[in-house]
Amino acid sequence: MDFLEITNLNISYLTRRLLVTAVQDVSFSVKKGEILGLVGESGSGKSTIGRAILGLLDEPGKIEGGSIQLENLNLADPATEVSAFRGKRIGLIFQDPQTSLNPVMTVGEQLLETIQTHLQIDAGDARKRAIELLDDVGIIDAKTRFDDYPHQFSGGMRQRVVIALALCADPDILIADEPTTALDVSIQSQILALLQKLRSDRNLAVILITHDMAVISEIADRVVVLKDGRIVEMGSPAAVLGNPSQTYTKRLVSSVPPTDRRIHRFPIMNSDQGSAADQNLKILNRWQLQKNTGASLVRVKSLSKSFSDESFMRIAAKEPVHAVRDVSFEIREGESFGLVGESGSGKSTIAKMIVKLIEPTSGLIFFEQDDITTLEGPTLLAFRRKIQMVFQDPYSSLNGRMKIKNIIAEPILHHNSQLGQMDIDHYVDDLLAAVDLAASSRDRYPHEFSGGQRQRISIARALATQPKLLVCDEPTSALDVSIQAQILNLLKDLQEKLGLTILFISHDLPVVRQMCDRIAVLRDGAVCEIANAERLFDAPTHSYSRHLLNSMPKFQP
Amino acid sequence: MAKRTTGIVDRIWDSDIFHSFIHSPTALISSCILVIILLTSFFCEFVAPHDPFTPSSLSLMDAFTPPFWVEDGNTVFLFGTDGQGRDLFSAILYGTRISLIVGFSAILFSVIFGVLLGLTAGYFGGRYETIIMRLADVQLTIPSILMALLIDGVVRGLISRELHDEVAIFVLIFAIGISEWPQFARVARGATLVEKNKDYISAARIIGLPNGIIMFKHILPNILRPILVIGTIGLALAILAESTLSFLGVGVPPTTPSLGTLIRLGNDFLFSGEWWISFFPSFFLVILAFSINLLGDWMRDTLNPKIN
Amino acid sequence: MFSYFLKRIVQSVGVMLCVALLSFSLFNFVGDPINNMVGEETSTEERAELRETLGLNDPIHIQFGRFVANAIQFNFGKSYQLRRPVSELIAERMPATLELVIASSILALGFGVLLGVYTGINRTGILSNFILFVSLAGVSLPTFVIGILLIYIFAVILGILPSFGRGEVVQIGFWRTGLLTASGLKALILPSLTLSLFQMTYIIRLVRAEIVEILQTDYIKFARARGISNHSVYFGHALRNSLIPVVTIAGINIGTLVAFSIITETVFQWPGMGFLFIQAVKFVDIPIMSAYLVFIALVFVAINFIVDILYFLIDPRLRTKNENQDG
Repeated sequence: MDFLEITNLNISYLTRRLLVTAVQDVSFSVKKGEILGLVGESGSGKSTIGRAILGLLDEPGKIEGGSIQLENLNLADPATEVSAFRGKRIGLIFQDPQTSLNPVMTVGEQLLETIQTHLQIDAGDARKRAIELLDDVGIIDAKTRFDDYPHQFSGGMRQRVVIALALCADPDILIADEPTTALDVSIQSQILALLQKLRSDRNLAVILITHDMAVISEIADRVVVLKDGRIVEMGSPAAVLGNPSQTYTKRLVSSVPPTDRRIHRFPIMNSDQGSAADQNLKILNRWQLQKNTGASLVRVKSLSKSFSDESFMRIAAKEPVHAVRDVSFEIREGESFGLVGESGSGKSTIAKMIVKLIEPTSGLIFFEQDDITTLEGPTLLAFRRKIQMVFQDPYSSLNGRMKIKNIIAEPILHHNSQLGQMDIDHYVDDLLAAVDLAASSRDRYPHEFSGGQRQRISIARALATQPKLLVCDEPTSALDVSIQAQILNLLKDLQEKLGLTILFISHDLPVVRQMCDRIAVLRDGAVCEIANAERLFDAPTHSYSRHLLNSMPKFQP
Repeated sequence: MAKRTTGIVDRIWDSDIFHSFIHSPTALISSCILVIILLTSFFCEFVAPHDPFTPSSLSLMDAFTPPFWVEDGNTVFLFGTDGQGRDLFSAILYGTRISLIVGFSAILFSVIFGVLLGLTAGYFGGRYETIIMRLADVQLTIPSILMALLIDGVVRGLISRELHDEVAIFVLIFAIGISEWPQFARVARGATLVEKNKDYISAARIIGLPNGIIMFKHILPNILRPILVIGTIGLALAILAESTLSFLGVGVPPTTPSLGTLIRLGNDFLFSGEWWISFFPSFFLVILAFSINLLGDWMRDTLNPKIN
Repeated sequence: MFSYFLKRIVQSVGVMLCVALLSFSLFNFVGDPINNMVGEETSTEERAELRETLGLNDPIHIQFGRFVANAIQFNFGKSYQLRRPVSELIAERMPATLELVIASSILALGFGVLLGVYTGINRTGILSNFILFVSLAGVSLPTFVIGILLIYIFAVILGILPSFGRGEVVQIGFWRTGLLTASGLKALILPSLTLSLFQMTYIIRLVRAEIVEILQTDYIKFARARGISNHSVYFGHALRNSLIPVVTIAGINIGTLVAFSIITETVFQWPGMGFLFIQAVKFVDIPIMSAYLVFIALVFVAINFIVDILYFLIDPRLRTKNENQDG
């Protein structure tokens, strides 16, 4: 018998309208010394399973049936005191290290408290153990950092502290719920390596819950694919991801952007949604198509931006933060230009300056022939028309109080005040059709749409002014991988048909590889390297680019 | 995709807020009480059995009649009469109207003033924001009741006594309204800062919409929830503030008494056994404030905005 | 940290100057100070002379400077109505008000935090719901109604507690205290209860909301997931974090209590500053009004300053530097 065995687990949530079955007939097991990957898109029930094992389901979730057998105890049985196992036999770590630690207690206090809850040892021994643990998870100078508060650690270090806390009482099994999703790619690879090391050193069973197929393919020994609360497929990563037998898994795998080559479009199987490329794009009738000459559309020269604290209410005048330093590049007509970097690299700040949401501290930005910092009045309006943006978060990029038709009509009206109501209505319909949304969407409100659909609405709104340049700031990083593939395909199609120039901003290297012709790698606000996509991925010249590419988890089933 | 919703009626019917409303006994009962109070007091000319403020209709013979269920009481005067023979029930209805008018006007004044300042401060930021918020801080340094008293004192110093009685109600509205605006400004600013950083505002700016449209068409509808909640609770506070000031003798003049004035007048007879003269106005005042607070509390839980 | 406090001091002085300006404007522009000071029979020459000696003909900024200089020494001139120095009147009545306010804040904070924590932890219990319901009723009861109610029950019907005044007082130096005699303590019960009730209910609701919110955070969930006992989760983790906003509100509330004592003092005829102030408003006794205004602002500024220091003690994020370096 395996160490932890889950049989026919059923979990449901009773909501106002209906009973939602979150997990249905799920059975799997974990052995000691094994990393089991639970992978699935949002709503697949993967996190619910993790919480259920510890009896920490959020209200009103309830285990309806099945068993969770830990050796000879059934954790799903209401009679079992699951709370006695928390931290002692089973450790759980959360996604976001920023919020997982109590901000007003030192990490030492939190470790000591946890150790002394579970082990009957005196304060001195507990302290020794705590420092050993910090050492084990790779905290340098553990003795002095013991008395530091969580906010004094960086994100990656905090996640290490979280892992140390989960290991306080030497549990046999560690449940890691998206442990690296909130972290940068180079930190991610370190944390994954740490999990692998702990697994071998301590003969730990690890359940790794993630949406990231690449992470699974890199470190999991076995993988369970979930969809809508049911197990789709289960087995070794090579078998399940390399040669999937189920349609869903095939679709999922084909949606993952490959890291080793560029593909023209993502193959979307069994998709009921047609693609814009197949249709006659009605908005083309309104588009003034010009031949893209490959001349430069945007030129950025020695651009810098620093943020300083001007308000006198702030606690103390801080050093200004140099978000962007001396950045220069150009974007050519018709190309996709990528800005790639980790958090804090300044990529979004550059985008905001190009669309003139914020003003640069120094440097120049030319759009066509104009220095955009000098634009005002009608020339500014003309500039606004030619450059539009698609944002990262589909939930905050649409005004929830407006109907879809008004959201899309607003830019049309603002830039073509002479258009009649009929004409605007038709134009809105054409735009909705261009992003593959039904015409009936027009009278609904944003909350009635899924994340992917909202991103389509966002794109329709951006296209409404018939822009030349579309700035896409992480347009798919909040989406599931299969939805991401659809949105990326849509962007590619629209670019091809409408002759758009795209500035694509992302932290996700495989996505950038699929989308961009030329790429600038940013670090701490400065450009490391600008190169053609193929050359960058095949033969990066800058050491940081090489470091990024090495840290990137590779989806190689 | 969620269920298709068409008309506005369907939208309301389908909304979680409405659902929570009809399933919350406190929200239902308190809003019923409020509607009754609102209707009876605003149509008090038709509802009240007597006209308590026409001296010719009063008779000192009726003075100090106790409520009808007490010995010596009669059903002509349900809740008894005061020292001048006025019917308390009628006086309470008229007084509630005054209290409601003052409360509503005052809170409306501070909501408009506060939200306008808070919204623009949050949106534009910079020095303007600093000045507005410092002003709010200074204003908060002076508690509302003190502020209202000061304003009343100033007005008394500036105009004659007769004139003061005439403008008393406006002074009261201004005094209460001006002392509550910082709350609304703070909440509006806080909510604006949150909304301003959302992408739909960036999108509106990239479209090139002017600031006025962005503030009032895009941001304002999205910050109304917390404003509504503190506005409701503020209404109860404003009504209490009015009655407190009237009780202290600096509110509305005794010729057109509000609930607070009635309580003050009745307070003098408490020790001589005529408890009903102050009890019933107090009771009505508390029921009114309590219903509003219950409704506000339900709104806070349901709309769940973070208010700090 | 030093620069932070320096900044706060500068800000406090700024606030005080604003209030002083308000107070000064009251003094100068509401009615004619000369008319208020002298009788009807004073001749025009005498008035002009008085105007000159008082410096009322000087440029306005010099007058303001003099006002501030006097205010620092707490010299606000003489009461129009009582014809005695304002500082003397206030000093006489301050002990009564402060004793009332301190007793009330202890009641409000003590019970407020205790019941707030209880209702925050036991969200669905019958007792919790009862406390919350009563507290909502408490927010709906105006202070003066509470006062009248308590007087009616305990003084009129039961006759066990006095309905007005401070009882016997003992003079200790300049301080006249009611805390040292049995009748003084008895007299304090009803007024302090009246004054504290509104704030108490407010604090209960605030603490509860704070605890409820903190119990939903990730670090509480993580603490539970590693097996920390409920007791430590509530009192070790949640309470400490909830203290930060509670300290602010408690500070503001003590200031508000001073202002609300106006009402309580009127109801109970408590011989404090509030009683003095309300008389001043009715008779447009500007010197008392402006002095009281400055005093209240001073109390607020002082409390805010203490709150800031407490922040530093409670929240390590303010004390220690953030060194966000990734390794």
